[in-house]
Amino acid sequence: MPRVDPSTPEGARAALTTMWTIRRFEEALEDLYSRGLLHGTNHLSIGQEAVAVGVCGALEEGDLITSTHRGHGHCLAHGADPMRMMAELLGRVDGYCRGRGGSMHIADVDAGNLGANGIVAGSMTIAAGAALSMRMQGRDAVVVCFFGDGAANEGSFHEALNLAGVWGLPVLFLCENNQYGMSMSQDSSTAGGSVAARGAAYGIEGRRIDGNDLDAVHAAAAEAVAGVRAGGGPALLEAVTYRYRGHSKSDRNLYRTLDEIESWRNERDPVDRFEAAAVASGRLTAEDVDAVRAEARDLLRDAVQRAVRSPEPTVDDLDGAAYAGRSTAAVA
Amino acid sequence: MTVRSMIETIRLTLEDEMARDERVMVLGEDVGTQGGVFRATEGLKARFGADRVVDTPVAEAGIIGASIGLATAGMVPVAELQFLGFAHQAFHQIGFQLARFRYRTLGRFPLQVTIRAPYGGAVHAPELHSDAFEGMLANAPGLKIVAPSTAADARGLLTSAIRDPDPVLYLEPLRGYRLVRDEVPDDEHLVPIGTARIARPGRDVTVLAWSFQVVNALEAAEAAAEEGIEVEVVDVRSLVPLDETTIAESVSRTGRCVVVEEAPRTAGFGAELTSTVQELCFLDLEAPIARLAGWDTPYPMPLLEKDYIPGTARILDAVRRTVAF
Repeated sequence: MPRVDPSTPEGARAALTTMWTIRRFEEALEDLYSRGLLHGTNHLSIGQEAVAVGVCGALEEGDLITSTHRGHGHCLAHGADPMRMMAELLGRVDGYCRGRGGSMHIADVDAGNLGANGIVAGSMTIAAGAALSMRMQGRDAVVVCFFGDGAANEGSFHEALNLAGVWGLPVLFLCENNQYGMSMSQDSSTAGGSVAARGAAYGIEGRRIDGNDLDAVHAAAAEAVAGVRAGGGPALLEAVTYRYRGHSKSDRNLYRTLDEIESWRNERDPVDRFEAAAVASGRLTAEDVDAVRAEARDLLRDAVQRAVRSPEPTVDDLDGAAYAGRSTAAVA
Repeated sequence: MTVRSMIETIRLTLEDEMARDERVMVLGEDVGTQGGVFRATEGLKARFGADRVVDTPVAEAGIIGASIGLATAGMVPVAELQFLGFAHQAFHQIGFQLARFRYRTLGRFPLQVTIRAPYGGAVHAPELHSDAFEGMLANAPGLKIVAPSTAADARGLLTSAIRDPDPVLYLEPLRGYRLVRDEVPDDEHLVPIGTARIARPGRDVTVLAWSFQVVNALEAAEAAAEEGIEVEVVDVRSLVPLDETTIAESVSRTGRCVVVEEAPRTAGFGAELTSTVQELCFLDLEAPIARLAGWDTPYPMPLLEKDYIPGTARILDAVRRTVAF
């Protein structure tokens, strides 16, 4: 059974809570960054929450995911504790990887998150291999490979789909199409104009879905996962969504208009839409929605407060880190 | 001469070379409309048009492979890799196609290609955005590698790279993009590839460094001078080909040598330098050659990068030990 069924009141509440948790998590990162507490850059998924929550909610315990540079939502939706995630991004010892992974290489091994990846399409063949491993060991698990529209133009995308297709692997390729690979629109970067259509070349059925409609994402993912789990071979979904923020901190949004961003935010926001749909269908009340928002806010407030108190790693922490049983201490 | 930042100088030099030679073109991720994530190509699309300033999909092997094809057919591409860490996606195209065309075709396809790539640490960026991978590509015969540490050299070496008949990997220090500012010639300026530069003369010990480590080495030299140690800092700046003459002359004169690099220690380019100095200067050496490098781990989290990268303190310490030996 899928972990979350948003068609029920309990499932709708759980899904909305995770969506708000993701959004508050991303906003907390912006705040920490502006206060100089968070270093480097970050890739925020605000506006894309329905994809992560809809897909991961359709999975079962034991299923695996691989993630991307814009993967905070995937990680949280697949079961990560926001405090340990925040500690990871702050580079502290209570993080999932003791701070080594950070935003772009976080892995939550216990939850079955094989890892985000700082290289576009870097996880795709890894997902195929993990799926082969599941099948060889007779395990009933499915691997979900999240990737972006930009990744579909890397060679690894084609190698991964071909391997999965030719070996009939239990993997769902989940394209989170936020319509821009950095500054390049999908129209200007992607021949044929569709990632979903590329599945046909590898014998994989591809479908394009509304990635900002949580119910639709969940339904499509649940159906695809069921088919994959039943031995039907790989599947491909292209969830069309939109990122409100820039690609990363350096992005000045020169390649799109403010009107375009505003229209997505005001008219097609996935959180707004799911709240309205859940209330209209009687799954949630307006009071439930308020309670969920408050819950997510408090959860993140607590996570940030505890994460910033987590100790910083020391040089000794990296001893032996790259090999089994070998010291890698600094040599002056 | 005008005082300019390194990033501004790179942008200006690209513009000058594109104006001088209409075969010169720029391609890469976000280089056109966005003007590059670090703004190295800002304004070029407006001046030269989308045909010569090409925004590519996220496809590094495609960017370099296309550059090879462009050069075989007479264009002069300057490809940008957004970070050197993304070069792995194009590793075979850079090291084993681009670098080998001259050899394979008896020189009929010399491939006048420049690859620009920001790299190096101390900017709080994660692994793959900070690692120093130059040593991996120095092992690919046919590819030249340069790494300026001043804005003036950034101009001189980029001009030379673009005009060089062979492919050149041009490494830009992320840490120095805006931090490094110095007097840059306004007119055409070439620094011959294959020449090192004495960045600071001194008689007691030679420090060999390149890219941003030259800045750290000069700081360490200042501190050492207060202790009465005169450090000669040699900016290697051209890794392949290497200016063995300048390096050997310096070390033979000082008798002592410290090699500094940011990469993991094992098989880093510093090992190549150390070996070269040992071969050329054996009888003049008064102390073992000291090697400073990162650790044999991936690039660490921001909180530890100051320990990972050989900074001023570690260089100064190695200078003292080498002089006291």
